[in-house]
Amino acid sequence: MHPLLQLTGVAKTFTMHLQDGIRLPVVAGVEFAVAAGECVTLAGPSGAGKSSVLKMIFGNYRCDAGEILVRHDGERVDVARADPRLILELRRTTIGYVSQFLRAVPRVAAIDVVAEPLVAAGVGRDAARARAGELLARLNVPQRLWPLPPATFSGGEQQRINIARGFLPDLPILLLDEPTASLDAPNRAIVMDLIKEKKARGTAIASIVHDDDVRARTVDRVIDITRFSASVPIPKFAQPCGTL
Amino acid sequence: MSDADAPLLVAEGLTKYYGRQLGCRDVSFSLYEGEVLAVVGESGSGKTTLLQLLSTQLAPSAGRVRYRLRDGVTRDLESLSEAERRFLFRTDWGYVHQDAALGLRMNVSAGANVGERLMAVGWRHYGRIRGTAAQWLDRVEIEPDRIDDPPLVYSGGMRQRLQIARNLVTQPRLVFMDEPTGGLDVSVQARLLDLLRGLVTELGLAAVVVTHDLAVARLLSHRIMVMKGGEVIETGLTDQVLDDPREPYSQLLVSSILPA
Amino acid sequence: MNAPAYNFAYLDEQTKRMIRRAILKAIAVPGYQVPFASREMPMPYGWGTGGVQVTASVLGPDDVLKVIDQGSDDTTNAVSIRKFFAKTAGVRTTTHTAEASVIQTRHRIPETPLTADQILVFQVPIPEPLRFLEPRETETRRMHALADYGLMHVKLYEDIARHGHIATTYAYPVKVDGRYVMDPSPTPKFDNPKMDDCAALQLFGAGREKRIYAIPPHTKVVSLDFEDHPFEASRTPKTCALCGADDTFLDEVITDDKGGRLFVCSDSDYCERRRGGVEKPA
Repeated sequence: MHPLLQLTGVAKTFTMHLQDGIRLPVVAGVEFAVAAGECVTLAGPSGAGKSSVLKMIFGNYRCDAGEILVRHDGERVDVARADPRLILELRRTTIGYVSQFLRAVPRVAAIDVVAEPLVAAGVGRDAARARAGELLARLNVPQRLWPLPPATFSGGEQQRINIARGFLPDLPILLLDEPTASLDAPNRAIVMDLIKEKKARGTAIASIVHDDDVRARTVDRVIDITRFSASVPIPKFAQPCGTL
Repeated sequence: MSDADAPLLVAEGLTKYYGRQLGCRDVSFSLYEGEVLAVVGESGSGKTTLLQLLSTQLAPSAGRVRYRLRDGVTRDLESLSEAERRFLFRTDWGYVHQDAALGLRMNVSAGANVGERLMAVGWRHYGRIRGTAAQWLDRVEIEPDRIDDPPLVYSGGMRQRLQIARNLVTQPRLVFMDEPTGGLDVSVQARLLDLLRGLVTELGLAAVVVTHDLAVARLLSHRIMVMKGGEVIETGLTDQVLDDPREPYSQLLVSSILPA
Repeated sequence: MNAPAYNFAYLDEQTKRMIRRAILKAIAVPGYQVPFASREMPMPYGWGTGGVQVTASVLGPDDVLKVIDQGSDDTTNAVSIRKFFAKTAGVRTTTHTAEASVIQTRHRIPETPLTADQILVFQVPIPEPLRFLEPRETETRRMHALADYGLMHVKLYEDIARHGHIATTYAYPVKVDGRYVMDPSPTPKFDNPKMDDCAALQLFGAGREKRIYAIPPHTKVVSLDFEDHPFEASRTPKTCALCGADDTFLDEVITDDKGGRLFVCSDSDYCERRRGGVEKPA
């Protein structure tokens, strides 16, 4: 059975032109696969390159070497070599991503933030909102918040919007970057249930999880990113700027 | 390659010199239906020159622009007659100016501004023209009782929204935007961007948006092209170029944003 | 009278030939404004120099000329121009519409239907129908060339939006032969239907703006409108106090200081005919 997601020889180096062209190698030779219904977690200390790997899978970061193969439309597509149109299509139909922090677009209601990926995939707005509402209710987001833009929500509320948005569509591959970081215990439990449900539906999940409890309950395999360390981990002050 | 798969707009080696002064050099890209391309750069980057070349308002010194017309045939825009080009501009294209006054008839009512294109393509029923204009004003969030007011008495944000309505009424497939939020108050900008974002998605518009504001590019575009001194520095998926900029100038541009 | 001091109809033969060429071009492209080398005439701009030049170019010694101004043969303008041609061309003049072979008019079309051997010459101040909306000549020329007339309908739309109906009452734009939009000169819109399928040749001369245009006989002339606001050739709903006509264009005449007024036919010759009047000496 072919894995839904497979990384081979993936490498990433940041070249900081504004700091005299310092080259900061992050990872090299990354190699792992995720099968349908499986949840793997990328483990390693801060700065080891875990988020970078997830972002490369999503096509948000470029990849300097290697292949990132995903099953798309019955074929194997290499994200590392995909052109922008293909990456956008992959994100619509194949690869979902729940980032660590919600990027709040001004003026869009929370319920529409959540429903948007479904609407983009062709589901009618009312139906999409209905399903979004169900998921938000499950995540304990009170209905009075649904018509409000999430920019003023608490960190935990924002994260639950983010999770709902990522979990709502039915994509075969799901990438989770610290999905439970700002959540309290009851909400953590709900997210764990959601992850388990996704696995039961055959979704391949790659996650970054620091909480031992969550890890114990959702993760099937641990992938130690330090195995693929290129040389030194990225120091925090030299993180590339993604402040927008 | 099926029709829908063929690109809508193709720029090939577009170059423009103003005498010896370089406007832009060797710009090439393909734009597909429903895709938004942001062209970002600072003053003098050549982005406005590029927009004018693409919309045939300027003739290139070298290179060409090809466009797939509604009948499916891709034509070199240089080969179109002026009548064909004007028709294209009126029906299949939109052009949103930074200064809304340039894209509107300031002394004519809002309803007439929106209805003009319809009348130009042969609509002859006053009630229907007015009704359609009213629908569009509603869509761009202008109160219906302002339909008979000329844009001379509108605020800057309202004028810009009216310009958008005027451009979209004939359901164009491609819209050119030149700093659509330039000069507007921040809250007004947010509203306008939100509107644009929604309309682009809803109508499946392809767009080329020139902006110096990376946040606008992030919000509106799928792909981004960074320009400097008339040259293309970097091009690619918007979030990729903004989160993982490769070229020195791109990194400079991205890191220059002051966090709010 | 020293008629021999003038060339026939004042203008030299070369000028008349040039104007006739412009007229032929205008007839070949109905409604299209043909530029011509308008001459300095012995009356200032704004007094019908365009019409006079056209009349001078088509007039022959056997022609019978009628000149009217706002429908009347008696006003200063009409009298002056009639005398001008009497002196410089020696042609017979008349006030009788049916007897004239050439009729020069300012701002009205005669009520009497015209025939195939008549020419109607209009005096035109501003020939460009789009001028008040688009001041640039370069742009209006392009609009005509590309049949880009959306702006014309914008004006009509604005009228309806502002007044509830199309407020233009004279110089009402028309589409000629399905192609060019034309300004019929400041004739009342009541007269527009007379231009449609007219048996006579209609010529339009603008001296100051240096343009000539034409409507050949039996050409389709349609007034611009909207489907739900169709064109109406409206008139004052009164009858002529002199002849009782209820289907002509009327002038309002104030009769006293107490607001007394009556309405009379603007076309003085037509009114007289109806009253069984005698031909007045010219």
